[in-house]
Amino acid sequence: MTRLNLRLVGALALAFVASLLAGRVWIDPFHPDVPGAGLILMQLRLPRSVLAVLVGGGLGAAGAAMQAYLRNPLADPGLFGIAPSAALGAVLSIWLGSYGVSLGPWALPVFALVGAGGAMALLGLIAGRSAGGVALFTLAGMMIASLSGALMSLAISLSPSPFALSEIVTWLMGALADRSWHEVWMAAPLMLVGLGAFVVAARSLDALTLGEAAARSLGVDPRRLQALLILGVGCTVGGSVAVAGIIGFVGLVVPHLLRPFTDRRPSSLIVPSALGGALLLVVGDSVCRILPLTGGELRLGIALSLLGAPFFLALLWRMRDGVWR
Amino acid sequence: MMLCARNLTLAGRLGDVSLDLSPGQVTAICGPNGAGKSSLVSAMAGVLPVAGRLSLDGHDLPAMQPRERARLLGYLPQGGEAAWDVCVRTLVELGRLPWQAAPMHRAHADGAQDREAVAQAMVAMDLEHLIDRPLSRLSGGERARALLARVLAGCPRWVLADEPLASLDLGHGLRLLKALRDQAAQGIGVCLVLHDLAMAMNHADRVVVMDRGRVVADGAPGEALSEAVIAQVWGVTGRWLGPEGARALSL
Repeated sequence: MTRLNLRLVGALALAFVASLLAGRVWIDPFHPDVPGAGLILMQLRLPRSVLAVLVGGGLGAAGAAMQAYLRNPLADPGLFGIAPSAALGAVLSIWLGSYGVSLGPWALPVFALVGAGGAMALLGLIAGRSAGGVALFTLAGMMIASLSGALMSLAISLSPSPFALSEIVTWLMGALADRSWHEVWMAAPLMLVGLGAFVVAARSLDALTLGEAAARSLGVDPRRLQALLILGVGCTVGGSVAVAGIIGFVGLVVPHLLRPFTDRRPSSLIVPSALGGALLLVVGDSVCRILPLTGGELRLGIALSLLGAPFFLALLWRMRDGVWR
Repeated sequence: MMLCARNLTLAGRLGDVSLDLSPGQVTAICGPNGAGKSSLVSAMAGVLPVAGRLSLDGHDLPAMQPRERARLLGYLPQGGEAAWDVCVRTLVELGRLPWQAAPMHRAHADGAQDREAVAQAMVAMDLEHLIDRPLSRLSGGERARALLARVLAGCPRWVLADEPLASLDLGHGLRLLKALRDQAAQGIGVCLVLHDLAMAMNHADRVVVMDRGRVVADGAPGEALSEAVIAQVWGVTGRWLGPEGARALSL
């Protein structure tokens, strides 16, 4: 394990423990005499923190893989249209539920995963028919994102009641509040499959550093690489939207922050980005939990966007000066 | 290992091109812009799908596994893109990718064979003193050498390079050509796209002249780059001056 990964694991371990203790009710590890401390830890905070690790890890790794694939430091996992498609699925389940259609408690994450799967299938069909060009593939992803966004807006504008509207908007903001072990068991296999796909794709992503033509000459099969990327991003991003809603900027910010500490080879950045994403989400979620806001917690999606947007602007500022890699 | 192309055809770019290239010599492909030089080289490298047959020592190239083909043919595309500001060592190590099987191959990249091949490529391109320098801090000549070292690190039997001398000054261009000649002397096949006709005349063993997707002259430099061919293909009247091996084109 590299020194960077060791440091990130250490920081993550500390943040994880702190996240279990922090909240509206603080738990002193040496005097855990808070009533119901065991229940709070095991049923509320532990699944929430584990979910933060899974979602953050998946989004961080997806960001590193996307930036490597598109050879662009401004690429974000949302570019493939998988996140908006998953969100569309989730919004549809809330929308149908508000019309009285009985879908069961698992409808939302299942619908979100179906949405992500639909986007993956569509991308796969396009990738299978194209010569494997990155530009065409990316444009297809952007069009899927645009279509999903438009359909989501349509569903919101046609929402049958203010309650349904409020539920959709609140869900879209992304959060880890009130999540249980069920969400953990749903997200964990998806994140593992996704991370596995990125690890398998790492060698090809390294070769893409030299451009598409050189990568092909180094033995990279572009269609296989696209398939791995679709699988990886579909599982990680689709899975994270299914359990936590839209959480932006992790995939953009984390690889950027960590790239200077690696040899800048894409394969060197995937695992640190997963660890960094997990760390960012564990810390971010803990901060959301302890901020003294009236009317509930700050939504995690909003908090990270508040952090991410200025970061993005700073990136653009650096790009203006020609320093962006 | 003979590299043979038969009836290579790609609409608007290549028209029925057939060539037999021998290892151990430097073959220069020359021609005006849009002649199909880059298409020919990228087709031979297996990067551009074309109609026709390509074989290496009688083995059908398109039928080979991509990684097997990558071990035999090293290709340097035009432009020398590098998306990330990696250091010279990391760039050159990328040339070893076709030899590495493990997905997270960092450990494998430290293997003795890989280290040896990377070190030899560094020496061949005179890069030992720049090993940890990021690409953004290299001069044009150093960058061109580093990119070619990446190709050599793969220990290919053929080096196919598309305008490796572009943007290099005379001295750097000559040094790069000398390094490639040294490779050819070791039995490697070298095929270069060159725009500088004097470089091709003085330093190539064989010149293939292309125009509008077809081969119009092929042979020893003095033959293929005769004044008549230059007038026909480039539309300029020129005269070769000076002794053999140090000729200059006077226009």
